[in-house]
Amino acid sequence: MSETEENLPSERESAHEGAVGKTDNPFADPGLPPHEHRIQDIDERAARRSERTVALLFLVSMLATVAFIASYVAIPIDKIIYVFPLGHISALNFALGLTLGVALFCIGAGAVHWARTLMSDVEVADDRHPIEAAPEVKAKVLADFAQGAKESQFGRRKLIRNTMFGALALVPLSGVVLLRDLGPLPEKKLRTTGWKKGVRLVNQSTNLPLRPEDIAVGSLTFAKPEGLEESDEDFANKIAKDALMLVRIQPQNIKDKQELAWSHEGIVAYSKICTHVGCPISLYEQQTHHVLCPCHQSTFDLSDGGRVIFGPAGHALPQLHITVKDGFLEAVSDFAEPVGPSFWERG
Amino acid sequence: MSNETTATTTRRGQAPRGERIADWADGRLGIYSLAKSNMRKIFPDHWSFMLGEVALYSFVIIILTGVYLTLFFHPSMAEVTYHGSYVPMHGIRMTQAFESTLDISFDVRGGLLIRQIHHWAALVFLAAMMVHMMRVFFTGAFRKPREVNWLFGFLLFVLGMFTGFTGYSLPDDLLSGTGVRFIEGVILAMPLVGSYLQMFIFGGEFPGHDIIPRFFTVHVLLLPGIMLGLLVAHLILVFYHKHTQFPGAGKTNNNVVGMPLLPVYMAKAGGFFFLVFGVISVIAAVASINPVWAIGPYRPDQVSTGAQPDWYMGFAEGLVRVMPGWEWNFWGHTINFGVLIPILVFPLVLIAIAVYPFIESWVRGDKREHHILDRPRNTPTRTGFGVAWLVAYFVMLIGGGNDLWATHFHLSINSITWFVRIGFFVGPVLAFIATKRICLGLQRRDRDKVLHGRESGIIKRLPHGEFIEVHEPLNQEQLHFLTQHEQPEPLELGPEVDENGVRRKIKRTQKLRAKLSKSYYGEDNVIPKPTVEEYKEITSGHGHH
Repeated sequence: MSETEENLPSERESAHEGAVGKTDNPFADPGLPPHEHRIQDIDERAARRSERTVALLFLVSMLATVAFIASYVAIPIDKIIYVFPLGHISALNFALGLTLGVALFCIGAGAVHWARTLMSDVEVADDRHPIEAAPEVKAKVLADFAQGAKESQFGRRKLIRNTMFGALALVPLSGVVLLRDLGPLPEKKLRTTGWKKGVRLVNQSTNLPLRPEDIAVGSLTFAKPEGLEESDEDFANKIAKDALMLVRIQPQNIKDKQELAWSHEGIVAYSKICTHVGCPISLYEQQTHHVLCPCHQSTFDLSDGGRVIFGPAGHALPQLHITVKDGFLEAVSDFAEPVGPSFWERG
Repeated sequence: MSNETTATTTRRGQAPRGERIADWADGRLGIYSLAKSNMRKIFPDHWSFMLGEVALYSFVIIILTGVYLTLFFHPSMAEVTYHGSYVPMHGIRMTQAFESTLDISFDVRGGLLIRQIHHWAALVFLAAMMVHMMRVFFTGAFRKPREVNWLFGFLLFVLGMFTGFTGYSLPDDLLSGTGVRFIEGVILAMPLVGSYLQMFIFGGEFPGHDIIPRFFTVHVLLLPGIMLGLLVAHLILVFYHKHTQFPGAGKTNNNVVGMPLLPVYMAKAGGFFFLVFGVISVIAAVASINPVWAIGPYRPDQVSTGAQPDWYMGFAEGLVRVMPGWEWNFWGHTINFGVLIPILVFPLVLIAIAVYPFIESWVRGDKREHHILDRPRNTPTRTGFGVAWLVAYFVMLIGGGNDLWATHFHLSINSITWFVRIGFFVGPVLAFIATKRICLGLQRRDRDKVLHGRESGIIKRLPHGEFIEVHEPLNQEQLHFLTQHEQPEPLELGPEVDENGVRRKIKRTQKLRAKLSKSYYGEDNVIPKPTVEEYKEITSGHGHH
């Protein structure tokens, strides 16, 4: 490779480019083609037709704006109309959108038609100038800079320079420190849920404590801890971790030993929060006991310890150890592991 | 300036009112000097130069409609029970953010229209930016002196994605809330700092009460503010560099051929803003987008099937969906590669296209300014790379909608996932090879056309019975167009020993550079364009067809 970094086209190329205008080169740039007249340039009647078209478009735009205001005033906001093929839609939205669209579009169409048919379409060539400064300009700027730097004594007084860098480096720390109160520290928050020993399982849809006989084979039941109400201040935060799904599987079909031990008569309780990125799992295939997360299709086998059998989830669904007391289902303890997506400290 | 020298004077000997106002402004703002170089600035004409304009205008539309929406939207996560005019939602608990979105849609006249224009314009904005970026890429418009402007445009695209995401999260509906939960999972997957970041960003545990107001600030102030600055810089550079132009008669690297800003582009570009706005308004009138009333308010324990992000996030969604669920546990810690890798690959794919101009200019060793656009066929390696990138992008877009592909085309979701996993790696390679072959084929065709003329479709029978097709020679304009491109020699490493027999040190980067250079200009990667001698020999020839 040559010492210079430049890789300019070979001589053959340059000779070629330099040949512009020479008649013996059939590939030479013939220069700008002559201007071709439009009909509007030579026929005043055609030009007047164009003028009328443009004016008509602007006129239609004005009418559309009037129609927009009329629709706004006249059409009730809750009126629904049938428009083929859109179906039943809001009359006001349809009328406002259409009139606004026409009003805007006609201004655009008029302006473009005006430009294309009446304004001069003679192509002109403008010269380009190199972006780079001329050498003498560059020399002047560099000299000015050197002069300014010298006058500041920046290079000579190292003590000033170093302390200034130090101060500038430290001062943004105030801003970083101020961010501390954006939120609390994680502590054990991601490891605990609202479930603990003796908390009853309450049916999410009926709001009644669940009995074992409420849970039929093949059904999928969603549960929350007793005492958690929708009207609670932090209901969303709590349900984001506590949401539970219950299914009943024939005990002989439960493959995982611990799962069997933590179940009650084949009723198993799993966290509803996907271990991938936290979507609620909601699709249950009763024949196979697979549940599927509709967000990213992670699939878990509820008859085998909530094992991941497909999709991007990285670990099994946490199971809640349940039992029955006084005829109602209740938790034996909190989940043995954090629910939801994994995190660095999860372990 | 005294009145004697003013060309236009009224009968009172005073300049017309417009001129006097302009004089006033010039004395304070220097507008005459500004207008001198810009008012009659020449812009070249080509349909593909409008793509960037579509992006610009949809951005303006988004700002206009967005300001209107802030007048009615309450970015609050305080819980309320709905009693508004949309009866099916009566008695349902929701956040104020969701409630005010319903109010905008059902109680503010025209609110629904503005909401829909805002959202549609956002989709158009991102799509227009992407297509505009592809135009710039495939024509080589990113070359010197426009590399910085390419980066500005790239940043606008990336920031646009996140502005879009934070925007569609604001109504706090079931679909967007699921997207926010996804972001929580992604943040948690960060090694070391994940759970801390999650707590800080959400102000506590998910979902908390802070994320919507925080997204609101990011969506209406922080990101649009940065984007506005970048956009202005982007446009200033377009003016400063002067627009690129396609090759053709009279067009050189030292001129710009077209029509002046005043009046032609004032009318065309100004009019085009209204065309874009008009079309988006009509779309918003007839096509509903993000009907949050049908989706319902967000609850962390509920979800709907077929959940999809807006299209520009689909590619990231695909990466997350098809990644195998790898997770490592060691010494009491967890690394969730199943989420971490996609989130690292996502910016890498974007960065690959962002840094391409710098790689290409290094390989080509070309430090000249380029104002004449390349025809994509004449740069097979670049075109191949661009198509490969697009294939990777669209394969992942399929991955992002794998459930929809499965249900709409009755396919197994397993097969789609495997198709995407393999396709993401194999597809771009095949696309690169195929594109390069196609480009070379087109180069060959250009060569044939120059040497043998255009196929006229006229079959002629010669006296002795032979049939030939008459080829019509090209005119000089066409000949110039097909031969104006450069075909430099590839970089040579030179001999390994210098004239004194001493081994030269050749750096590994230099070897790589020579190799890459060969992939641009090497024998198999370029069809030599016809030379004048070849042309003359054939055309002066002896009754060739």
